[in-house]
Amino acid sequence: MKKRLLAVVMAAAMVLGVAACGNEAAPAAGSSDGNIKVGIINNDPNESGYRTANDNDLKAMFTAENGYDATFAYGKTNDEQINAAQQMIQDGVDYLLLSAADVSGWDSVLQDANNQGIKVILYDRTIDADPSLYVASIVSDMAKEGETAANWLKSQNLSEYNIIHIQGQMGTAAQVGRSGALSDMASAEGWNIVVQQTGDWNAEKAQQIVQSQIDAGNSFNVIYAENDDMAKGAVAALDANGITHGVNGDVIIMGFDTNKWALQELKAGNWNYDGQCNPLQASYLDDIIKKLEKGETISEKTVVMDEKGFDATTITDEDIEKYGI
Amino acid sequence: MKIVRLHRTFFKNMTDEVNARVNENIVLEMKNIHKGFPGVKALQGVEFTLREGEIHALMGENGAGKSTLIKVLTGVYEKDEGDIFLKGYDKAVSIRSPQDAQRVGISTVYQEITLCPNLSVAENMYIGRTAGMGQNWKKINADADKLLKSLDIPATATQQLASCSIAVQQMVAIARAVDMDCKVLILDEPTSSLDEQEVAKLFGLMRNLKEKGVGIIFVTHFLDQVYEVCDRITVLRDGKLVGAYDIKDLPRVQLVAKMLGKDLDDMSDIKSEGAVYSGEDAGTAVLEAEQLVSDAGIKPFDFHINKGEVNGFTGLLGSGRSECVRAIFGADRVVGGKVKMHGKTVKISKPLHAMKQGIAYLPEDRKLDGIVGDLSVRDNIILALQTLKGFFRPISKAQAYKYADEYIKLLDVKTASADTPIKSLSGGNQQKVILARWLLTHPEYLILDEPTRGIDVGTKVDIQKLVLKLAGEGMSITFISSETDEMLRTCSRLVVMRDRKVVGELSGEQLTQNMIMNTIAGGNRDNAEN
Amino acid sequence: MQKTEKKKASPMEVLKKILGRQIFIPIAALLLLVLFNLIADPGFFAISLKTNSAGNPILTGYLITILDNGSELAILAIGMTLVTAAAGGQDISVGAGIAISGSVMLRVLCGTNPKPEAIQAPIIVAFLVGCLAAMLCGAFNGALVAYFKIQPMVATLILYTAGRSIAAWVNQNQLPIVPPGPFSYFGGVIPGIPIPTPFFIAVACMILIALVLKFTTLGLYTQSVGINESSSRLNGLNPILIKFLAFVILGVCVAVAGLIKVSRFSTINYSVIAKDIEMDAILAVALGGNALGGGKFNIAASILGAYVIQFLTTTLYKFNVRSDALPAYKAVVVILLVVASAPRVREYLNGLKKNMGRRLSRREVG
Repeated sequence: MKKRLLAVVMAAAMVLGVAACGNEAAPAAGSSDGNIKVGIINNDPNESGYRTANDNDLKAMFTAENGYDATFAYGKTNDEQINAAQQMIQDGVDYLLLSAADVSGWDSVLQDANNQGIKVILYDRTIDADPSLYVASIVSDMAKEGETAANWLKSQNLSEYNIIHIQGQMGTAAQVGRSGALSDMASAEGWNIVVQQTGDWNAEKAQQIVQSQIDAGNSFNVIYAENDDMAKGAVAALDANGITHGVNGDVIIMGFDTNKWALQELKAGNWNYDGQCNPLQASYLDDIIKKLEKGETISEKTVVMDEKGFDATTITDEDIEKYGI
Repeated sequence: MKIVRLHRTFFKNMTDEVNARVNENIVLEMKNIHKGFPGVKALQGVEFTLREGEIHALMGENGAGKSTLIKVLTGVYEKDEGDIFLKGYDKAVSIRSPQDAQRVGISTVYQEITLCPNLSVAENMYIGRTAGMGQNWKKINADADKLLKSLDIPATATQQLASCSIAVQQMVAIARAVDMDCKVLILDEPTSSLDEQEVAKLFGLMRNLKEKGVGIIFVTHFLDQVYEVCDRITVLRDGKLVGAYDIKDLPRVQLVAKMLGKDLDDMSDIKSEGAVYSGEDAGTAVLEAEQLVSDAGIKPFDFHINKGEVNGFTGLLGSGRSECVRAIFGADRVVGGKVKMHGKTVKISKPLHAMKQGIAYLPEDRKLDGIVGDLSVRDNIILALQTLKGFFRPISKAQAYKYADEYIKLLDVKTASADTPIKSLSGGNQQKVILARWLLTHPEYLILDEPTRGIDVGTKVDIQKLVLKLAGEGMSITFISSETDEMLRTCSRLVVMRDRKVVGELSGEQLTQNMIMNTIAGGNRDNAEN
Repeated sequence: MQKTEKKKASPMEVLKKILGRQIFIPIAALLLLVLFNLIADPGFFAISLKTNSAGNPILTGYLITILDNGSELAILAIGMTLVTAAAGGQDISVGAGIAISGSVMLRVLCGTNPKPEAIQAPIIVAFLVGCLAAMLCGAFNGALVAYFKIQPMVATLILYTAGRSIAAWVNQNQLPIVPPGPFSYFGGVIPGIPIPTPFFIAVACMILIALVLKFTTLGLYTQSVGINESSSRLNGLNPILIKFLAFVILGVCVAVAGLIKVSRFSTINYSVIAKDIEMDAILAVALGGNALGGGKFNIAASILGAYVIQFLTTTLYKFNVRSDALPAYKAVVVILLVVASAPRVREYLNGLKKNMGRRLSRREVG
């Protein structure tokens, strides 16, 4: 009996501990020394390198030195995030910055925020809610990222295009945008898609997809992977089979997200192209808040960030330092 | 023309038979039943007849075919050959599932309660029988109460089943069966988990039903109970019918003889067969326990056993017999007192410690604590020896087979092979395998807790004989049994327990039924007589 | 009559014996897949010798891919079988465990620099530390299950949810990359040997577990505890210790699988590495015909089951089935297994077998 009780307590403690890890809201509330109070809700920073960079960027911007009193909360699900948002609304923040886990279900909590005069700014991800509920939204244009990449591929003027297209997790904004651009270009230019498969953002799956094409004896000269991890998996399969790739290689390698290590591969000539997906939204957010504080109005509700595409032949060490995440 | 005549004779014969059954008030007749399993002919031409309003004992050793016959009758097994006739049907009925059996009026109550303990008594009685969703529970409860009352069952309809004693639960199961308009009620070992008073209550209910004209088939191992309540006996042996007898024509000794298929060597005399151990260390203590107490709720007790001695713990169910030996073996957590082996204090805090001291323990609950069901007979036999040898010294397969074959032969275990899973053996043979497991460790001190429970008469005798033989060779043995006559036959000294406390010790001339009962009851002769 | 029956019995007996053997299930599944591929495209079985980018010879082909990619699963199946047998439940945290032990190996190999010039510690040290981490995870699960008697799936749910965050914390959210060198051999090829190393590692694990089972009583003890804990205790066994041990052994398997995974790409992404591999490992155990409720087990059948699953995965990749649809196909396998082991179906099959036997023997007599 005692044992059973202890077990329950221990398990409960573990679960609470885990929950606590994901939910660091609350502290630093109530200091009203003229700083702007912002509540920042983000996704799990352990989710990906992109998210880590995003979180670090926000943490570097919203500090006391820069005139902010910031509270951070992380959630893997909408429920966790909505709880945190309600807590922040109660604490009376001035601004609520939100990167939602899920697109729907935010109406009522954002309405609450508006009723209290709290201004909501979305970053990184959009939601399905009435645009009047938020003042601005800062996003990446995934379709534009895809177009930039497809245009780059077209500019290579290959004699023929046989493409392995490794998609991200199906249905995500990044996958839809990056896949759509390539598919449109391929049908317009008459490119041959050897295979179009989802690698679920996963290097292991990408490797198996490419290995399967090699085992089948299919020939290809472009690998369009929708993130860096999958590009790496694809390259591992090529290396294992002695197929050359990158600058002067047989197969062109394309990736996304500009991880630092990926840009280094680019610089080394192992890959050919890497498209940026900018996680550094803090300066945009800062801009908007400053404007609002001065009483200015925001002209464009949706702010699309500048995003680049890097070519192996032109990338510099400064680029790697500046844009690598 | 010829065909028509043949037809007619056929029907004539049929009607004759039907008439005969009506005349004799026969409610069930099983004719020439055959049933085989791979490698075994479980039933060979068995006949069985049950009259209205009679309690009919179905007797036989384990493996005689009782359960197979019951299962054929209740549709669990499909018979290979033979016919089943029921009153009210002029053709042989076909029973292919338990539902079929229920529909034609055959109900079974098993040893294990198959009801839902967390539902109410009435719910248990009517579950799965009422059509549709909308049920009038008021009416159902009233009906249930009426039925319970008419059968004199001390329960109310709305009471949760779990709050009733096992015996009452058993009775509720019977009431459920009876209410389903049953003509044939099968009671499969219903008394094995009941105490005496509860058994008496159950018998009352059985007699009550008998008055109402229900034919009852009663399967049991307890001879006393057969003679107390039954009208007729059918004996099976090796899948064949030995005969059906009126109870008054078949004295107890003959019944046992028929079940065993041989003239019984006088069971009460087996004690004299075993030679008493006469080594020079006879009479010296092997194990002594001083004020030993475990966390299982017994009072501290003293105990000792000598070389080559057979002693026993006796007392009512729940008096703490098993808890005492479990404390000695380290099966329960010992919280006080000490144990000496050959005069030296030893630490026994878990079974392995006891095993290393040469103590072996055959537990009370064979299914729960004894057998390792899915493992083979061979693995079950070597298990204890293996744990003694240790993790890094496995017994080779060849050696394991040697051990297994040796003990299968020695104890006459009936099994297809040493590789057969133990769970497919009959209870008595499972018990022999567990016994073999411990004998293989060559223990100095063997504790047998209810080794004869739920097994057939033949094996019971075998085990008692073996106990005396081993003691004669110098093994010290503690023997616990609910049947006092077994203990009287085997033990030379009895420790008597009452309310989780040792209350006396009997030996020599004192070893009589009366003395035991007196001591259990607290020395008051009048109580004992009651 | 007697004679004919006896004569007839022997081939039937043999057939029955084969059908009754546990390993029959994965073998039948394997044969089915082989047959399917033979009909669909015999080129599936072609193997060719190539040279990889590092200039070393390597065999390639679908079969080699199966042996290569199925290795981690086969290794995990060993531990998962033991846990299943002893605890009567499964560990769903092995994927998270791989992420943790892989991260620890990376941390040891790379130090705090995410892209070092040379490895900071010998490979063996990194492996041992990673192994220790995985064994600790196993010990944590084992303690919850064995001592605190929590359902295995519930107990391991804790690490399943928290594990990948722990893995991320180990490297402070960095994704270090191991510099090129011998470390890549474990997930690739050893120069001069044209067969992928993971296969050899898996074989080594199989040999090791075979030796352990032969020279210790692990098999008997595990089964005994899984079947009847109370009885085992009264026979001198320590059920708590044995269940605990099973989880720790699974921890070792996790570490070995983690080593291969890290070596394949010289890094790991803790959020997706070995994703859903626990489900495949459990499926391997089930496909091996082992009861998921514990008790008797057959590790060889589980290992074969693991390769059958990889065979299925690779076959589906070959036919360009969407990779996010793979779980649906595995679900079909699960459904078939569950249905085949249902008592009703078993009974029916047994009846069919018996009838066939009877008809055969009758025909012989006639």
